[in-house]
Amino acid sequence: MRWMAKEPVISKMKKKRILQLISEGKRVDGRGRLDYRDIRVERGIIGTAEGSAMVCLGQTEVVAGVKVGLNMPYPDSPNEGILAVNAELVPLASPTFEPGPPDERAIELARVVDRGIRSSRAVPLEKLCILPGRRVYILFVDIYVLNHDGNLIDASALAALAALMDTRLFGYRLEDDRVLLDKSIWLQLQVENYPVAVTVANIGGELVVDPCLDEELAMDARITITIDKEGRVCAVQKGGPGTFTVDQVMEAIDIAREKASELREKVLGG
Amino acid sequence: MEIEKPRLIGEDGRRADGRRPGDLRPIHVEVDVLANADGSAYIEQGNTKILAAVYGPKEIHPRHLGLPDRAVLRCRYHMAPFSVEQRKSPAPSRREIELSKVIREALEPALFLEYYPRTAIDVFVEVLQADGGTRCASITAASLALADAGIPMRDLVAAVAAGKVDGLLVLDLTDVEDKHGEADVPLAMMPGLGRVTLLQMDGLLTPEEFKEAVKLAMDGCRRIYALQKEALRERYVRIRKEIEGEGP
Repeated sequence: MRWMAKEPVISKMKKKRILQLISEGKRVDGRGRLDYRDIRVERGIIGTAEGSAMVCLGQTEVVAGVKVGLNMPYPDSPNEGILAVNAELVPLASPTFEPGPPDERAIELARVVDRGIRSSRAVPLEKLCILPGRRVYILFVDIYVLNHDGNLIDASALAALAALMDTRLFGYRLEDDRVLLDKSIWLQLQVENYPVAVTVANIGGELVVDPCLDEELAMDARITITIDKEGRVCAVQKGGPGTFTVDQVMEAIDIAREKASELREKVLGG
Repeated sequence: MEIEKPRLIGEDGRRADGRRPGDLRPIHVEVDVLANADGSAYIEQGNTKILAAVYGPKEIHPRHLGLPDRAVLRCRYHMAPFSVEQRKSPAPSRREIELSKVIREALEPALFLEYYPRTAIDVFVEVLQADGGTRCASITAASLALADAGIPMRDLVAAVAAGKVDGLLVLDLTDVEDKHGEADVPLAMMPGLGRVTLLQMDGLLTPEEFKEAVKLAMDGCRRIYALQKEALRERYVRIRKEIEGEGP
């Protein structure tokens, strides 16, 4: 199973320390149970991309770039544009990332971010259709992890959303039934929903948000809950080798709901 | 050109295949179906048909992938090219790679991997015919195959999806219900221990609806759990009969 990632290890002493702190209601970096690390979002940092954003979540750094093109629509959705989310865990970001095709971690990351954007209909794909069945806009969202210090999903989801909000589409002309690019016209991409991912980790039976890398290595499992601007759940993903009790799942939903609106306000201004 | 959305819930509140919202599809599970595998299981859930096989614990190759303190659980979820309407390329898709990961993480909590350091346990799942709910049926079958292989387990893992179609919360979605429904919530759990080992969701649900869907799926898991135990029991009844038949 070539796509399996070799998981990094954590020393038993460090893990014991993290569990000890958590049981006292504390965390390795001094945060509270439901505190995010400092978040910084910067849009429009890549000139060659039609939209881009960088998100720093503590030491975790993620860049998302959007490239726009024209494409044939998929046969089962002839009236819709195409959204393709991809993630690269580039080797400069962590000693555990290796060059090569995306492994299961990168694929899971991209697919969870994709589900949040798609389910919440953040990008109205039907508005990206030019000629039904023939020509539509295609948006490639490429997520680039530059430094891995845990909670890549939340940082990537924010980066992808911010990059889409920064995206401009080039115009087109119709000539003899052909679609030609017209880069003298630019339109802002309409983003209609703001899905925010909140990852809750179960560490020794306690739930904490935004686990840093050491906490991820010590955790039993994580659950990512993506909440849209109406407070609805639009994507969920449990990960990691451990479990959640039912009560923990229900509690995680309530935590996510609260943290998502906080994050959305802080980062996107509504 | 537009693909018509079929009606999923009839006037009588029944679903397209006649089920009530909280009904599972007919499920047939069988254990020990492959001679070469250390453990195997076959499941039919409605029109979904899946084979699972377990090899191991066995020596791991290449050796550097082994772990000094526990076994490595590896899992491959794969769909046969003929398992869907449009032929699927046999190369592993991104979806299959993600599902291989979440299925592994759904099974792992049930195993005592620390009993078998420096070894590998391989779980292979082949979807022969797909009609929705394949990741959950795969987990149900794979956990039986692990038990059939004689690998010590904390509990069996049972899985089923709940979802929302035509505004109604339903259990065990078919492919059409999944594609045209509003949401899909696959869940796996160890029913004896009350622990959730897989939970995913796509679509749109209010937090209250999501919580309801989780409860509905858990209820479905408990019913599947009973079928799993029965399938395991049947296998030993069969063995006992064979032994008694050979007696003096």
